Amino acid sequence: MIKVEHLHKSFGKTEVLTDLNTSIEKGEVLTIIGPSGSGKSTFLRCINLLEQPTSGHIYLNGEDITKPNADTLKLRKQVGMVFQHFHLFPHMNVLDNLTYAPMTVKGTAKKEAQSLARDLLFKVGLSEKEDAYPSSLSGGQKQRVAIARALAMEPELMLFDEPTSALDPEMVKEVLDVIKDLAHGGMTLAVVTHEMGFAKEVADRVIFMDQGMIVEESNPKKFFEKPETVRAQSFLDKVL
Amino acid sequence: MNLDFTQIVPYIPFMLEGIWVTLQFVIIAIIFGFILGSIIALVKIGKFPILRFLADAYTSIFRGTPLILQLMLIYYAVPQLTGYDISPFLSAILTFGLNSSAYVSEIIRAGIQAVDKGQKEAAEALGIPYRPMMFKIILPQAMKNILPALMNEFITLTKESALVSVISYLDLMRRAQVVGSDIYRNFEPLMFVGLIYYCLVMILTLIGKYVEKRLRTSD
Ligand SMILES: Nc1ncnc2c1ncn2[C@@H]1O[C@H](COP(=O)(O)OP(=O)(O)OP(=O)(O)O)[C@@H](O)[C@H]1O
Ligand SMILES: [Mg+2]
Repeated sequence: MIKVEHLHKSFGKTEVLTDLNTSIEKGEVLTIIGPSGSGKSTFLRCINLLEQPTSGHIYLNGEDITKPNADTLKLRKQVGMVFQHFHLFPHMNVLDNLTYAPMTVKGTAKKEAQSLARDLLFKVGLSEKEDAYPSSLSGGQKQRVAIARALAMEPELMLFDEPTSALDPEMVKEVLDVIKDLAHGGMTLAVVTHEMGFAKEVADRVIFMDQGMIVEESNPKKFFEKPETVRAQSFLDKVL
Repeated sequence: MNLDFTQIVPYIPFMLEGIWVTLQFVIIAIIFGFILGSIIALVKIGKFPILRFLADAYTSIFRGTPLILQLMLIYYAVPQLTGYDISPFLSAILTFGLNSSAYVSEIIRAGIQAVDKGQKEAAEALGIPYRPMMFKIILPQAMKNILPALMNEFITLTKESALVSVISYLDLMRRAQVVGSDIYRNFEPLMFVGLIYYCLVMILTLIGKYVEKRLRTSD
């Protein structure tokens, strides 16, 4: 579904991503881990063009999204994103947060958008919150709404950038459970996370990044038990 | 103490008329300044470097020179350069409108840029195009910063409007001077219009407080 070829990204003179090559298959759950500053967020943000790659190609279903006249809107419709800090629209209630983009971008009728939104709120366990404003929700609830908001666009691929890093520990599970549900439901996911337990349990594949490069890429069992590289080994020693 | 307010009594209707004369050009200048200022603000956060530079230069010039100089320049220079005999009224609107637009554009720009960057990214990630993003997501949030500062700007403009007396526009201020030279007493008419200015500003302040309160409860 996604194919990344020789992806480079620089901010000014500093190269942040160096020659990334990988792919994401349909229905796959990919987790991306690595030390702070290794370029995980930047990589994820390149996939939906929140950052413009400096060079290289990213293909979505065979179409080059990095070519100059690529259809960014079409890409964004197919790729949802969930941020560390939620970024819900604070002046809209939960239901409007979920229906605004489908109605504005896809021209979905209000009734239809609302019924889809209610289904999604039920899925993330927040049916009773549809009239609430984001400021009245807990962190975990905000993040679940943010996930539902991204899902409301009915994307084929969901990107998560450290979805639980801003949460109090007791709220991490409720959010991870929602993501697990998505994984089991067959959604394609790319998740940047520091939750090694989650990566071990849910991921089909782990990418380990360091200093802007993909250092190691394998299945979670192998990666966590017997990493091939010294860098991955020392990272795991630190976080496990 | 030699105070005698009875002498200004016959002139009170004449001075009260000044309220409307002042308000007339203040209101038009505010509207003109607000519209132009909004456009300039959008240019400032826009993606055309040359336009951005021009907008910044415009703001810098109008904020960096005395208002009274701008007023006299427009009033005296326009006829001299173009041969068009500009009226005090038009000069006043033009000067105050242009000047105010520079301040308003800064207020709106700052208000928009104070909105969390994540809001724009979240909207972009959802595929929401620029216009709806700006008008339905960013601006409603920016309003909280913008409106109180705008009210202050309108209050300042109302007070500074007294400057137009120097180009013989018969506003409140000018009328006090006229009455003063008529009765050979300046203190009383000046006090009288001073009170009126104060009332006008208080009314605007109250409106501002009310708007701010409404904004706070809407969170
Ligand atoms: N907009 C930017 N301008 C300049 N440098 C940036 C920008 N965004 C990221 N960087 C730099 O790029 C590098 C990679 O950043 P990135 O956020 O992708 O790392 P990360 O792996 O997500 O880290 P973390 O785990 O802390 O989130 C860092 O050195 C960062 O300082
Ligand atoms: Mg990051």
